[in-house]
Amino acid sequence: MVRETNRYFKFDWITILLFLLLAGFGWLNILSASHVGTEVNYFDFSQPYGKQLAFIAFTLVMIVFILAIDAKFYERFASVIYIISMLSLVGLFIFGKNVNGATSWYGIGSFTLQPSEFAKAATALAVAKYVSDLNTNMSFFKDQLKVFAIIATPAVLVLLQNDTGSTIVYGAFFFVLYREGLPKFYLNIAVSLILITILSLKFGAVITSVLAAVVTITIYFFNKKKFRIHHLILMLIGAIAISFSIKIFYNNVLQPHQKDRISLWLRLEKDPIKLERMKHTFAYNLNESEKAISSGSLWGKGFMQGTRTTGKFVPEQHTDYIFSTVGEEWGFIGSSMVVITFLLLLLRILHLAELQKSQFSRIYGYSVAGIVFIHFMINIGMVMGLIPTIGIPLPMFSYGGSGLWAFTILIFIFVKLDSNRINEW
Amino acid sequence: MRQFLLFITIIVVALIFISRLFYLQIYSGGSHSLFEDNAIRKVYDYPKRGFVFDRNGKLLVANQPSYDVMVIPREVEPLDTLEFCSLLKIDKARFLKQFNKAKHYSPRLPSVFVSHLSKEDYAVLQEKMRKFHGFYIQKRSLRNYETTIGANVLGDLGEVNNRTIEKQPYYKMGDLIGKQGVEASYEKTLRGVKGIKFIQKDRFNRDIGPYKDGQYDTIPEPGKDITITIDADLQAYGEILMTNKRGGVIAIEPASGEILAMVAAPTYDPNILVGRDRSKNFTKLYNDSIAKPLFNRSLQGVYSPGSPFKLMNALISLQEGVMSPPDIVTCYRGYHYGRSFMKCHCAYGTRNNLISGIQHSCNAYFATVYRKILDKNGNASKGIDVWAEHAKSFGLGEYLNNDLFVGQKGRIPDREYYKYAYPKTFYSSYTVSNAIGQGEVATTPIQLANMAAAIANRGHFYTPHIIKKIENETLPDQFTVPKHTTIDKQHFEPVIEGMLQVYRRGTAAALQVKDIDICGKTGTVENFTKVDGVKMQLTDHSIFLAFAPKDDPKIAIAVFVENGYWGSRYAGKIASLMIEKHIKGYITRTDLETWLLKHSLEAEYAKPYSGKPFGINGHSAFQVVSDEEYHKLKAKVDALDNTKKDGKGDK
Repeated sequence: MVRETNRYFKFDWITILLFLLLAGFGWLNILSASHVGTEVNYFDFSQPYGKQLAFIAFTLVMIVFILAIDAKFYERFASVIYIISMLSLVGLFIFGKNVNGATSWYGIGSFTLQPSEFAKAATALAVAKYVSDLNTNMSFFKDQLKVFAIIATPAVLVLLQNDTGSTIVYGAFFFVLYREGLPKFYLNIAVSLILITILSLKFGAVITSVLAAVVTITIYFFNKKKFRIHHLILMLIGAIAISFSIKIFYNNVLQPHQKDRISLWLRLEKDPIKLERMKHTFAYNLNESEKAISSGSLWGKGFMQGTRTTGKFVPEQHTDYIFSTVGEEWGFIGSSMVVITFLLLLLRILHLAELQKSQFSRIYGYSVAGIVFIHFMINIGMVMGLIPTIGIPLPMFSYGGSGLWAFTILIFIFVKLDSNRINEW
Repeated sequence: MRQFLLFITIIVVALIFISRLFYLQIYSGGSHSLFEDNAIRKVYDYPKRGFVFDRNGKLLVANQPSYDVMVIPREVEPLDTLEFCSLLKIDKARFLKQFNKAKHYSPRLPSVFVSHLSKEDYAVLQEKMRKFHGFYIQKRSLRNYETTIGANVLGDLGEVNNRTIEKQPYYKMGDLIGKQGVEASYEKTLRGVKGIKFIQKDRFNRDIGPYKDGQYDTIPEPGKDITITIDADLQAYGEILMTNKRGGVIAIEPASGEILAMVAAPTYDPNILVGRDRSKNFTKLYNDSIAKPLFNRSLQGVYSPGSPFKLMNALISLQEGVMSPPDIVTCYRGYHYGRSFMKCHCAYGTRNNLISGIQHSCNAYFATVYRKILDKNGNASKGIDVWAEHAKSFGLGEYLNNDLFVGQKGRIPDREYYKYAYPKTFYSSYTVSNAIGQGEVATTPIQLANMAAAIANRGHFYTPHIIKKIENETLPDQFTVPKHTTIDKQHFEPVIEGMLQVYRRGTAAALQVKDIDICGKTGTVENFTKVDGVKMQLTDHSIFLAFAPKDDPKIAIAVFVENGYWGSRYAGKIASLMIEKHIKGYITRTDLETWLLKHSLEAEYAKPYSGKPFGINGHSAFQVVSDEEYHKLKAKVDALDNTKKDGKGDK
């Protein structure tokens, strides 16, 4: 076969192209968001754009390595990689460096590394390895518990290091497990939980309970055969209990800054003084980022021409808020193109994952799509004010070596696995 | 189904994102304008406003720097108001008032917060300005008058109002614009074009450099200097002579139409309308509804022209051929028409020809002339239209269309005008008052001066104008091409001879000036006023019209002195002195000068408001000013340039 004789054509060049497109365009926006004055020295490594250029260069080397390693290596050593990764997270409690309130960095001189970024790929490998095992059946509660433990370990570790954003990313594995046979019950529970939480915070427990009752009764009448009455009653009692206890959780468990973000998002705060204070703290970023995006209009102000970007109106613009630069300088056309490029990349990975003959490759591919998707959804959603402020980077776009390399590893292991699918049976 | 959950979620999220982008960028975004962008500071660079020089090159108006604190309400952040107020020397109430006013005007656009800071306050404030987000200092240029005269000529600058900003987007809140005089009529020439600098700000409101290397910045285009036709000395002299009187004096150079002096009395020192006290002083001037100092009497004052208008009727009668100069009209101490009688001061049975008619200002003569003009073709309706056409060719009854900011049409009635009063029949006897310039005829001083210039030129005039020279510009044709009257040249000589006789032997015989052949005509106009709805007659206006010398005239002048009684009493004296001042450069008739400086009409003007019955004309006593006032005025006269001219007039 032709595909076998020429080994370069085995790689999915569409994924590689989309990846490079995003990383390259991301760099242009970092350049715009971080340059000072009119002189731009691309190799000025004291500047974010200079560093990012070096990171990207190193990424290319990394890609060659990842693709050169035998595909079987990743499956075989998945557990080892996972264990090493977990140890690196634990090590943070001892050697970690605190940056912006999160103890998630190793500092080696001026160079810092964020192990939590790499832990996502390691967890994906471990989950793929465990679930693809012939002895694992996702409908068994024991196996469910084990896989939950694999996912929860890194999630809890990063949560303890005050990196809430990264914890939420592990939610991506829900999609993977559901695809691999996790009972529908979990999906129902997850969706209901999210709805009940939002509704009771926004409209109060009583209204939510009444609503839950109405929905339960409706379900009962339309699906009499499927559900038994006492199950539904139990569920309803659970829903009501949650809607009444959520306020207690909200008030006592969440930290003040988390509460503020949620209350702003759900427009719960009515006190004008407090709102004004929010406007000058974390809501300031959001406000400025929305303003920057809005000012882009249809065509944007042009590369390096954004007045709000140049004026550094959006703090942290080259990292988490990089999408506001795209919005301002490239306008609706450019920002939509970025959204569509992400969409294409995600769908391409999902499509390839479904094509995999090996269950390991498929599960891993699914995990990649899920992780990238959660980042994409939370980051862009946050920058545009659709979801509460959660600090996680936009894959391939945001400034940062650890993030970029972690996504390179994540995606290119899958590209390698995919290239090997013809040899699997 | 299971494999579609993530698939569909991804697509839904992407669609939501694109919708959100559409909402943010297209639906609520709108177009991007540098002027609306609060990341860009717009700094206006106001050019030097053009200087104003008089016809002899004397600097009249220059500039001085001034600093305004501006505010952009939406960019203001909580600040230490106590400190800010103490820096600006205002109280908290004023702070809030100004802030709300600015916010009401526009939260996005800059408004003036406190205007005209002193240099010391500016220096202190500048250091601390960075702390106050949304406020900045705008440097402007204010006028600096090098003179105390000519307020009505020079005009003044004031802040643009919202209506002007709407009509002319060039102006921004707080900009200064010419409000009166040449400042207003030559606003565009004088102001130049302001430059703008776009400066990139950061989120701490600091400037971080020019936006896009300043490629959109414009450099200011300096305003052009202008030279006006006014002779500052003559203007000053006129203003001194008119002190304690009300009225207008306007002097024109017949050979060019240049306005040599334009006095409106009472007047004020233009310097009081500059800087922080401007609004206070302006309000004071504006609210003076009795003396009306802002009312430019020489341009806007519409008066019955009185006897000087007889010259017009004489000219028309000659042109129409209804009279010839030697034709005699006998005056029987007046003129009978129908059952009416118009009085005249001629002795019973005086036989007047054209020249003596003008010399003695004989009412009977001109009533006869007027009726002959109207009845020439047996139809007074057509006759009055012919008559009006001739008068209008002298620039009467219409706007002069010149470069003065204000003006009035005056009135030359034609048949159309009388159609309501006399819908059916119309006879020449109905409007005999027009013969002696009373009736429905009305003119402004400048129109009358222009008529004098047209007579001096024997049949043509140049539209009276105030501009003499603009840097690198030529004057429009409107001011350089003569306009011809409908009266043929030969008809002017007898009329001029009559005007000369007015000075030699007639009503102005006492006003002669040695070595100058002045041609003039006195006027005395009855006038009425209404105070609290009661109509009352006031002392006559004193009017005078003249030009000199008879041959090759250098100056044509019209003088209106309100309630000055007869023509030569006030107006004629002023005319003679102005003529002498202009032609010789010094005054020989110091007796006239002293008389004028010593006499005030203020008591006369106070009469109708006294609430008591009062006498007019012959029943009113002279009011003599205090010695102190006289010496003050005399000192002003002595300070003028009183050196002898070479007799050729100005340069």
